[in-house]
Amino acid sequence: MFEFLARFFGKPSSSATAKERLRLVLLSDHLSLAPDVVEALKHDLIEVISRYVDVDAANCDVTFEQQEKRVAMLANVPILAMRARPMPRRTTPRKPAGTAPQPAADAPANGVPRAPGRAKRKRRRQADPSAPATAGLSPA
Amino acid sequence: MQEMMAPEAPATSSIPRRRGRAIVVTSGKGGVGKTTTTANTGAALAAGGASVVLVDADVGLRNLDIVMGLEARVRHHVLDVLEGQATLDEALVTDKRVPSLRLLAAAQTREKDDVDTNAFRELIGALRDRFDFVLIDCPAGIEKGFANAIAGADEAIIVCTPEVAAVRDADRVVGLLGDERSVQLIVNRLRPAMVRKGKMLSVEDVNSILRLPLLGVIEDAPDVIVSTNRGEPVALDPASPVGAAYRRIAQRITGALSEPPAIPRERSFIEKLFGSHK
Ligand SMILES: Nc1ncnc2c1ncn2[C@@H]1O[C@H](COP(=O)(O)OP(=O)(O)OP(=O)(O)O)[C@@H](O)[C@H]1O
Ligand SMILES: [Mg+2]
Repeated sequence: MFEFLARFFGKPSSSATAKERLRLVLLSDHLSLAPDVVEALKHDLIEVISRYVDVDAANCDVTFEQQEKRVAMLANVPILAMRARPMPRRTTPRKPAGTAPQPAADAPANGVPRAPGRAKRKRRRQADPSAPATAGLSPA
Repeated sequence: MQEMMAPEAPATSSIPRRRGRAIVVTSGKGGVGKTTTTANTGAALAAGGASVVLVDADVGLRNLDIVMGLEARVRHHVLDVLEGQATLDEALVTDKRVPSLRLLAAAQTREKDDVDTNAFRELIGALRDRFDFVLIDCPAGIEKGFANAIAGADEAIIVCTPEVAAVRDADRVVGLLGDERSVQLIVNRLRPAMVRKGKMLSVEDVNSILRLPLLGVIEDAPDVIVSTNRGEPVALDPASPVGAAYRRIAQRITGALSEPPAIPRERSFIEKLFGSHK
């Protein structure tokens, strides 16, 4: 009833706002508390991109940023040259890779494990595989 | 460690060394109700027959003696014991109402960094040998005071209010407590009417984030403030519904009650009119 009225007037309830803010802030917290995970992600990301283009691995930068309505991953991957022969892993037809330097990739940061010391804690808890931090992110 | 006295609570078995349970009450965020929870849970456990010692680990900002109404009886504090100025028995204050309840006050004029973590851990161990329950009132924050307070505890109670900052800090603290401690949740200061109107996070909202076993839910209640004014734990007031909620928390801790906590609902108009607290 109240929810309905709130929606009617175009303003979410303050508890819904609180819930959403909490979800975003925890997602950011957990990312910043898991530098090893972010490092591994960066490594894998460079590896994938390197199959198509030569990248300046030493100057790659992956950061996470809490924006108004989502947490975004920003990857800055300087590209040195096109690969003579791209080495896609999959055999399905692919769109050709862009020739210009990649703009910052902007992808939702899903599936980030909890901060160190928390991963194992899940065992003890009720079986709920989708931690709030991993809930789907709607594009803004 | 200091010299020991024979346990004053009746011996429950012939085993010479009793290993009681050490439970730290913590939250990360300040002012959410750690001290209130420690005092009332401890009072309820002791009133239920257990021997209990409350340890104020909030060195520099001592509060627990006030909430318990024992401030006039405090002669020595934790640091006196750790530094050999007083024996444990000299420092333990016996409660006015429940004889199996003791308080070990914090030092008011010292700093958290003055406390040695290992010495504090040993002290908690010594208390565990003498009491069924050692309840540790943790200071806010995650610095030295927190590290000291959790050092000797093998269990933790997280106190969290239905607010974004409190849940965020609780989440952080749960991560810091690690896997070796069993951790349970008390949601404090819930206002069911506000939850119903969508103006406050619900217990379910809070625990969908923290995902801890729920030990209890305490409403935001004038009783708590009134009893704190008087220095009489509300848990000892047989007429108070909040007191009853604390007594059920104590029973869940001892295992006497297995039923999970009910989420308080808003009282109906009729109930409010007749002051019924069912
Ligand atoms: N359920 C409640 N209903 C009403 N008031 C409450 C409740 N719980 C706590 N309070 C009040 O909130 C204030 C803070 O409580 P308390 O001192 O227990 O918090 P704390 O977490 O120990 O704070 P600190 O971090 O400063 O040590 C006190 O004035 C207390 O009376
Ligand atoms: Mg306190």
